[in-house]
Amino acid sequence: MNEVLEQKINTDYKYGFVTDIDADSAPKGLNEEIIRFISAKKNEPDWMLAYRLKAFRHWLTMEEPDWAHIHYEKPDFQDIIYYSAPKSKKVLQSIDEVDPELLKTFEKLGISVLEQERLSGVESRVAMDVIVDSVSVKTTFKETLAEKGIIFCSFGEAIQEHPALVRKYMSSVVPSSDNFFAALNSAVFTDGSFCYIPKGVRCPMELSTYFRIEAAGTGQFERTLIIAEEDSHVSYLEGCTAPMRDENQLHAAVVELVAHKNAQIKYSTVQNWYPGDKEGKGGVFNFVTKRGICLEENAKISWTQVETGSAITWKYPSVILKGDKSVGEFYSVAVTNNYQQADTGTKMIHIGKDTKSTIISKGVSAGFSNNSYRGLVRISKGADNARNFSQCDSLLMGDQCGAHTFPYIEIKNNTAIVEHEATTSKIGEDQLFYCKQRGIDNEKAISLIVNGYCKDVLSQLPMEFAVEAQKLLEVSLEGSVG
Amino acid sequence: MLTIKNLHASIDGKEILKGINLEIKVGEVHAIMGPNGSGKSTLAAVLAGRSEYEVTQGEVLYNGINLLELEAEDRAREGIFLAFQYPIEIPGVSNINFLKTAISEIRAYKGLEQMAAKDFLTMMKEKQELVEIDRTLISRSINEGFSGGEKKRNEIFQMAMLEPKLSILDETDSGLDIDALRIVANGVNKLKSEENATVIITHYQRLLDYIVPDFVHVLYNGQIVKSGSKDLALELEENGYDYIKAEVEA
Repeated sequence: MNEVLEQKINTDYKYGFVTDIDADSAPKGLNEEIIRFISAKKNEPDWMLAYRLKAFRHWLTMEEPDWAHIHYEKPDFQDIIYYSAPKSKKVLQSIDEVDPELLKTFEKLGISVLEQERLSGVESRVAMDVIVDSVSVKTTFKETLAEKGIIFCSFGEAIQEHPALVRKYMSSVVPSSDNFFAALNSAVFTDGSFCYIPKGVRCPMELSTYFRIEAAGTGQFERTLIIAEEDSHVSYLEGCTAPMRDENQLHAAVVELVAHKNAQIKYSTVQNWYPGDKEGKGGVFNFVTKRGICLEENAKISWTQVETGSAITWKYPSVILKGDKSVGEFYSVAVTNNYQQADTGTKMIHIGKDTKSTIISKGVSAGFSNNSYRGLVRISKGADNARNFSQCDSLLMGDQCGAHTFPYIEIKNNTAIVEHEATTSKIGEDQLFYCKQRGIDNEKAISLIVNGYCKDVLSQLPMEFAVEAQKLLEVSLEGSVG
Repeated sequence: MLTIKNLHASIDGKEILKGINLEIKVGEVHAIMGPNGSGKSTLAAVLAGRSEYEVTQGEVLYNGINLLELEAEDRAREGIFLAFQYPIEIPGVSNINFLKTAISEIRAYKGLEQMAAKDFLTMMKEKQELVEIDRTLISRSINEGFSGGEKKRNEIFQMAMLEPKLSILDETDSGLDIDALRIVANGVNKLKSEENATVIITHYQRLLDYIVPDFVHVLYNGQIVKSGSKDLALELEENGYDYIKAEVEA
């Protein structure tokens, strides 16, 4: 087993490379001037600037949280570049206009925009809003979506084109004062995705955003807002890889989901940012606030995540179950290796009657990593007949890593039924030997066992992602066995 | 096919096998019997390549190769199959996926072309009928929630799929009722050929009513103390192991 781990530790990050694109950057540091610079760069209306400044002033009064089971050197927020944009500023009409350097980057990542476009002719279609650093470079399929009245664009564009919607919903789920990182994001976010599904519309394709962190030392502050009107349905995919870096990169995103009556939002993430080297140097710090609200009855929000990257993951995609009979789901696979640290989980806040939530969390820890599940199930006073089922499993590889479970349950209504199951297991020598005795080597055996262990979560992913996620698990655990 | 010479093996510094000598030729069925703790399962584990056991002395030649130098997975790819006494559960991994992976690895090792999906499914169906295993078991996760008998039948099904040259059945009869025993034995008999060999490790004689061995060996205290024809098994059944112990210690 130890040999196994040593080899795994020696596997290099497959997606580490740097693309040479000239950036148009703000100077390092954070103050009101920088915020005004970002807002001006983006031609924002006054209300937006006011929003940012308010968030910034609040942020100044806040302290970086330290309750999570993670240890890191706190970032110097004055040593970060808060705005950088690739030079091409005009709106691109076709793929030919995209910076060839950028296309090469996508090729290396294995996400070809051409491929995505080609796919548009067939059943499974993925509309992709490509974000490199802070500016949305290309939005595909917009017209197809527009026919149905669906708005899918960059956040910056939404501020310009759909200010009423942005003003109505932005911060309605995650207030700008919600937490330290959400406040920071509200002050300095540069771009992200905006999605609006009108009443009664079923989005005809999976919506997808690929995030990349490009210019060195640039913090990434994305903001995503998805609104599903009554009886609408949308499935959103988010996936990311980042180039190798020496210094830590801060990422503090905010994602807000709003589901109206009978609406369904399915949000899937495959996250594979640079986790740092085998000594734990470098790697992305990922502090994300993701929250959805089931505003009215029968609404449903489902989070699925496969987290294999980042040096530090601090992330709790949550659902506020406000509408009666609304449903919240959280399916998660978190893999940590070497010196990676993950503190991730969910919050299910039951407010409406007959609300239901399901939590399935699968942690896999290897190397010297630490993997924590942290989850809150809150049944409020008026939430009659609320139901929750939680299952938190941890799988350990080797004896140098840690798995931790922090379940919090608050019940203020005695009609609630809350179930919690938790298991911790090791990949057994017995299982490995059984596979080997059938001709399957250690590496393949681990991949089989881990994929089997994560099956309940992987099966929740849309087809486009399921294969990618399986491959990613294999790559993440490649060389982990001797 | 298999020549074991003066094999000594220990676990955690404790010697279990104390000089095993055994010769197995292609087409033969050997039964290894013996009381609990005599080293039967250790012999199976050592041949299969379990790394917890340390071979301290002796050699094992398998079709001319030094078996002890091969990794466990390579031994399997060379055609050695161990039917486990306690088959392992692997949640979430279907039997189909598991066997597909195993066959693909074995074929890659041998430099053979990969099997077409259609051929694989045809083969599954054939073997499933041959060893009389329920189809629903095959699509379920490996051994997860299987009864003891189902697990043993699944071992025989895997053996049928992988078409080994040397099969070692470690206490495959333990925990089986008489019907399951008959089905398992039938499977083994059907898979027996002039091109392969079978080693049956068992505590009781009853399995040998169904699978008739060419040779019976008695293992006691890490050594083969007696070898003979199938009649030896009946003799053991009648007199118990005590008389062997008495004979050895005399």
